[in-house]
Amino acid sequence: MKVRVSVQLKPGILDPQGKAVEQGLHGFGFEVEHVRIGRLIELDIPGADPAEVKARAQAMCDKLLVNPVMEKASIEVL
Amino acid sequence: MSVAHEPAVTEPLALELGLSKDEWQVLLRLLDGRLPTYPELGVFSAMWSEHCSYKSSRIHLKNLPTEGPRVIQGPGENAGVVDIGDGWAVAFKMESHNHPSFIEPYQGAATGVGGILRDVFTMGARPLANLNSLRFGEIDAPRMKGLVKGVAAGIAGYGNCMGIPMLGGDCAFDASYNGNILVNAFTLGVLRSDKIFKGFASGIGNKMMYIGSKTGRDGIHGASMASAEFGEGSEEKRPTVQVGDPFTEKLLLEACLEIFQTDWVIGIQDMGAAGLTSSSFEMASRAGTGLEIRLDQVPMREEGMTPFELMLSESQERMLLVARPGCEEKIIAVLHKWGLDACVVGEVTDSGRFIGSWHGEPVINLPIQPLVDAAPKYDRPRQRPGYLDAVAAAPLPADLKPAEVERTLRQLLQAPTVASKRWIFEQYDGTVRSNTLLGMGRGDAGIIRVKDEAGQDTGKAVAMSSDCNSRFCYLDPFWGAAHAVAEACRNLACVGAEPIGLTDCLNYGNPEKPENMWTFEQGCLGIRQACLALDVPIVSGNVSLYNDTEGQSIFPTPMIAAVGLIEDCSGPVVLGAPDATALSKVGNRLCGASFRAAHDGIFLLGETRDELGGSEYLKLRTGKVQGACPELRLDEELRLQACVREGIRLGLIRSAHDTSEGGLVVAALESAFGANDGEGMGCQLMLTRGALRLDSLLFGETAGRIVVSVSAEAESSLATLCATHRVPFAKIGATGGARFTLAVDGQPLLDAEAAELKGLHAGALEAALG
Repeated sequence: MKVRVSVQLKPGILDPQGKAVEQGLHGFGFEVEHVRIGRLIELDIPGADPAEVKARAQAMCDKLLVNPVMEKASIEVL
Repeated sequence: MSVAHEPAVTEPLALELGLSKDEWQVLLRLLDGRLPTYPELGVFSAMWSEHCSYKSSRIHLKNLPTEGPRVIQGPGENAGVVDIGDGWAVAFKMESHNHPSFIEPYQGAATGVGGILRDVFTMGARPLANLNSLRFGEIDAPRMKGLVKGVAAGIAGYGNCMGIPMLGGDCAFDASYNGNILVNAFTLGVLRSDKIFKGFASGIGNKMMYIGSKTGRDGIHGASMASAEFGEGSEEKRPTVQVGDPFTEKLLLEACLEIFQTDWVIGIQDMGAAGLTSSSFEMASRAGTGLEIRLDQVPMREEGMTPFELMLSESQERMLLVARPGCEEKIIAVLHKWGLDACVVGEVTDSGRFIGSWHGEPVINLPIQPLVDAAPKYDRPRQRPGYLDAVAAAPLPADLKPAEVERTLRQLLQAPTVASKRWIFEQYDGTVRSNTLLGMGRGDAGIIRVKDEAGQDTGKAVAMSSDCNSRFCYLDPFWGAAHAVAEACRNLACVGAEPIGLTDCLNYGNPEKPENMWTFEQGCLGIRQACLALDVPIVSGNVSLYNDTEGQSIFPTPMIAAVGLIEDCSGPVVLGAPDATALSKVGNRLCGASFRAAHDGIFLLGETRDELGGSEYLKLRTGKVQGACPELRLDEELRLQACVREGIRLGLIRSAHDTSEGGLVVAALESAFGANDGEGMGCQLMLTRGALRLDSLLFGETAGRIVVSVSAEAESSLATLCATHRVPFAKIGATGGARFTLAVDGQPLLDAEAAELKGLHAGALEAALG
């Protein structure tokens, strides 16, 4: 099953990349605030039970995909 | 406007924030019995934390010699400053970022580098070079590979983006750091000796300005985290991790150096640990003034921030400064030009109090000097640890059999502490700004050229090295610490530099354990003894206590960084050229660690004794750190260093490398591995054993020994020089060829291809990290 994991910095963590992009957008005259940049991970996990697939994706997040000190993930089974 | 979600201030809350019951009582007396507000309690807990107040260490730090003819600024400011002549000075300091790096290795190490850089450029100095001293656990310990990789990448990420070259450092591995790694960062900068900026909030009515990045909820209460042990529960207590932004810091650096060219700044201080709290209290305390700060005017990154958070945030890349009256707008204009925030947030007052207001309402009203003076100062109980006698008395294994020499050497070359740190240091930019004369892995110390503001060579160069053998400190806390001083200075001698000042970073365990406190005191006394003998002062430093996990303390690790001067180093240098070319162009006044030519004689300066205690070899054989700490003969050390410096100045000595972890054979091999611009060459060692054990001769770690190479014509001059300085010396072999051979008393013990051994040494760390 296709799974989409969206990883974002936890609230309050400084995001220098987001800050740079925000400044860039301001340079083009856009009005925008609080730009935060994360990453999107697509996975294809064998299985038919969405709950089980989601649990396995969660295990992958815990082990490797997410830095639990700074990031949080939301998992979507498509 | 009231502040939402503020907990009620009670004694249990104070204890939770790290204050002791006694400290809570002192606090109440200071406030004449009134309860502190929540932000006030935050101020107390930060200012009286171990990290900010040095409450356990202060009485012992007094033992450190801090004065000397070159010292312009000793400990107590953001960094120490030492005169290098002709109107120039260098500012330098070393600082720990151990706990944050264990929690989040990349950002912890990166912000450690950022913090020490700010400490140095706050003084008005342009940073010239960095060093780092790292201690990791066994590579196979849980999380350790990730910690090594993350820390190295974090240091590289910050330093490289800032464009500050890394000149060296040291890195060792031991099980005692399995649950508590050490990340100590060092920065050195250059400044005019009459243009030093300090953290003084003086001049009643002067404006307090906030410059740099906005304040977020970064590392709230990092200072009190650094003052507590890690345990199972620390997962939950994790504060928001501080994230470094080196490009912003680069802007802040350039903006600060630009305003330092003017007379607009009266005082300035970096907002480091405990952020706005410690910077404002320290600045006012030094000047004997008061401060009024409008907290609601502090630039904020997030909505809903509270006075407590603003006072304690450890957001990076921020400074607090006092402006000369009328210069505020000009300062703001410069900061805006560099894309940074700057605003007036308060005034210097004559009240002697810190008043923090929130939309017009005072939420903090504390006396500054009494709060600083009442900071706890403990003479904690001390007790000599029981293990010391047991490890010293541990029996040695039987001497090594000749047939085991080759296998042992191969194992030693691959031990993480001995193996080449190439995998780590190749991530660091070592030559950016093109002033590096001797970079990482090429000499016992790094050397950088000093240029003026216009980029013109001043003809001076500065050398630096950081060292500490913590196994020696474990076996003998006093002499181990003295060894660290001696070795750091010895490394300067090996490149031809005269030591002019030291900075220390004293990493120890929980001071509430009497054994740790005794060890700390002994460390300070050992440093004192070595500093006095070698005539070099400590000008800045940092203490990191509570390096424990689950009740297990690290080995005592008093890291010492030594800074040396090479007075006349003018002339062209071919960059990136092999040592032979680069160094001969500066008239042989500098010296690398690698052999420079075939058929040179290899000499050992200093004496080898039967000293296996604390050696990598003994660890390999027995799995334990034990035995007696090698002796340190400071009078001999002084003569040895003077001898090598003079030999380099005279152009006699072509390479010099001190023996350290791994002993004599490893030291000679390291000089061979780096030869031919890193290609390596062979060498033939012919040793005489005398009454020594074979393993002491080959792999013992007797201190005060330097392996040098000289040309055939210079051999008799070296003999004369050593005799003049009363330094024992012996010819131990010759350079050249493709093979490494080792013979003891004429008996061949080993004949191997040098390139193959070099491969083992060069690749071991990378292979171990997987």
